[in-house]
Amino acid sequence: MNEPLTVNYVWLIPFLPLCGAFVNGTVGWWLQKRFGRRPNGAIANAAVWGAFLISVQLFLTLRGLPPEQRALVNHLYSWIPVGQLDVALSFTVDPLSAVMILVVTGVGGLIHLYSIGYMAHDKSVWRYFAYLNLFTFAMLVLVLADNLLLMFVGWEGVGLCSYLLIGFWYQDVEKAKAGMKAFIVNRVGDFAFLAGMLLILWGAAGYWDDAGRYTMTGGTLSVDFRWLASATTYLQGKEVLGVSLITLACILFFIGATGKSAQLPLYVWLPDAMAGPTPVSALIHAATMVTAGVYMVARLNFLFALSPAALTVVSGVGAATALFAATIGFAQRDIKKVLAYSTVSQLGFMFIGVGVGAFTAGIFHLMTHAFFKACLFLCAGSVIHAMSGEQDALKMGGLAKKMPFTFWTFLVSTLAIAGIPGLAGFFSKDEILWKAFDTANPVVAWWPYLVWGMGATAALGTAFYMFRLVYLTFAGECRADEETKHHIHESPWTMTLPLVALASLAAVAGWLGPPGVFNLPNTFEHWLEPVFGGAARHITSRESGHGAEWGLMGLSVALAVAGILAARAVYAKNGAEAARRLSGRFPLIHQFVFNKYYVDEIYAALVVRPFMGLTRVLGWIDAHIVDGIVNLVGKVTAVFAMIDGWIDLYIVDGMVNLTAWIVIAVGRKAKTVQTGRLQDYLYVMAGGAVLMLVVSYMVERVFGGGR
Amino acid sequence: MSAQAVLTVAAVLFSLGLYCVITRRNAVSILMGVELMLNAANINLVAFSNLSLGGQGPKVEGHMFVVFVVLLAAAEAAVALAIILSIFRRMGTVEADRMTSLKE
Repeated sequence: MNEPLTVNYVWLIPFLPLCGAFVNGTVGWWLQKRFGRRPNGAIANAAVWGAFLISVQLFLTLRGLPPEQRALVNHLYSWIPVGQLDVALSFTVDPLSAVMILVVTGVGGLIHLYSIGYMAHDKSVWRYFAYLNLFTFAMLVLVLADNLLLMFVGWEGVGLCSYLLIGFWYQDVEKAKAGMKAFIVNRVGDFAFLAGMLLILWGAAGYWDDAGRYTMTGGTLSVDFRWLASATTYLQGKEVLGVSLITLACILFFIGATGKSAQLPLYVWLPDAMAGPTPVSALIHAATMVTAGVYMVARLNFLFALSPAALTVVSGVGAATALFAATIGFAQRDIKKVLAYSTVSQLGFMFIGVGVGAFTAGIFHLMTHAFFKACLFLCAGSVIHAMSGEQDALKMGGLAKKMPFTFWTFLVSTLAIAGIPGLAGFFSKDEILWKAFDTANPVVAWWPYLVWGMGATAALGTAFYMFRLVYLTFAGECRADEETKHHIHESPWTMTLPLVALASLAAVAGWLGPPGVFNLPNTFEHWLEPVFGGAARHITSRESGHGAEWGLMGLSVALAVAGILAARAVYAKNGAEAARRLSGRFPLIHQFVFNKYYVDEIYAALVVRPFMGLTRVLGWIDAHIVDGIVNLVGKVTAVFAMIDGWIDLYIVDGMVNLTAWIVIAVGRKAKTVQTGRLQDYLYVMAGGAVLMLVVSYMVERVFGGGR
Repeated sequence: MSAQAVLTVAAVLFSLGLYCVITRRNAVSILMGVELMLNAANINLVAFSNLSLGGQGPKVEGHMFVVFVVLLAAAEAAVALAIILSIFRRMGTVEADRMTSLKE
């Protein structure tokens, strides 16, 4: 194994956005009051674009190295040196994290630029940009982290910023609640992540003998990824509660990923997260943070590759989520909700990818999805901006002519997500579906067919509901009221420029990783080969052959086109009327899907309400029993204090007063001796002298005999 | 004349002076008592001076002392009478137990 090169300025990448967050967070309100909203946006943008430039520079440095040496390490200091364990604060740039930092700072930068226009009328822009920069910082820490614990720091940091930005307009109680929901649901996953990390460390730190006793082995321990990769041999064969330790740890990690990346069953927070400003939805809840789970699974590829069972779970959950979320997308009216369920669905695709061991395909889809979904969200933001805050697609329509940039970029991205050949989404999604079909599953033989079938159905659904959205929003007659209609306008350049840039990327980025049958150089796969090459050895292909690949590709294109045509047939003319007619014809199904299968209600009944009941019971216990004990103790103390006070008042003080009283009485008597008359003193003096004479005479007489 | 008789006279005189100082309330009377006691002391001085100390004959140191004491007594009487006079002028009395202004 090659010792990675040391580069001492990687820390600047997360540090710049942190500085931006700090400046906007401390003096931003003053800048906004003094100079208007421009400096806030300028600072935030400068920080992110600065980080982008350094990322590009590091990317080029990395590209200049031979593939097997492509890892740059920036070790800052030993963070937690305790006993055998040594956790370092250090950042790594390898091909995988290079892709991620380029996506985070690049897409993030475009969204920062867009935010200037979008938030131009908000009254606390400084707070918005401070949070956005803080988020970028946390996300960069997450992807650059050299070890699991530092990754967890970034993981929690993005969760915090997500909470802050969902509840950005916290005066609205519903939005504040959505923020809390995201935070709490994420917490479930975070707990599993932490548990997985501890389990791995526990397994790596020692062994069990035949009697089941645990013994620590010597040597240094770490949680950094290179060390963990080399420790896997030591972990293999170990069992906890009858389950392979690696499988258990992988499933715990994956539960962490389902929380952050909104997979079944923890996806419920993401649709509600649309309460935040739209650029936030684009950056955090589409392009970057929600993909952290995929990144984490890909980063731990050396572990997941060793556990076919865990991979089966991952691909199964991914496929189920992809299909499930796609069906909810059919019935949603809110433009952002449709995109949110689409994001959940696409994340499911990514998990299918990493779940069948095609980590490259998963990360590839992560990247292309970041482009087209960020573009879609920003277009939605542009539409909402133009519609004076209206988000109901049924009240839109006919916007294509009024907002050409928005329409064309939205269309390109929609075609990309639907999987039309030539655009980015086609390449990445098709790669995933192909790998899902072609990769052998040693646990369940028919699994590839199931996963592929669910994925393909989800792709069909994606094409349908995305074009439903396009037709409802942009085609036909405008259904808004006159007042709103009057205000519709194309957005300023700070908003359209990112749209065009992202749409261009969504159009062409796919050619980085063309399918194997095209006989083109697969740049993306070669680039990530040093990271995933080791894991790939554990994945076996079913050797389905080129014919199958062509066939499946044709099938998925046909499905995409079918979905688009179906949407066109139903919604192209008078879409809102069609939507109402459909829901009228199948009221039960529509209600069921429109209400998202009542999952939120089920969770409320199964988890939230019992929990609230429990808190009420605990609250009662606290108020009556715990407080009762406390009050009792208080009362007993008060009684003691009263007794003590009485003793103090009457006995202690009494003694003191008695002493004083005696002294006063004696003094009063003694005072009379001092008459002030000299003659009295003289009288006493003379009497004393006489007395002394008499005494000395008597003494002389009695004892003087000896002389 | 034996020394004992002289000393007895002096002792009686001293006691009378002391009695006078203690019992009298008039300041002038008290002053007279003091004079009596001083002179009792003078008699003692002369008497002891006259005693033959080791057969060396009489000495005159006691007599010298007495002359000084008489002189000082005269000065003391003058000052004391002046004080009494000034008190009388101020308070209209020479009763010793009425002079209590320092006590208050």
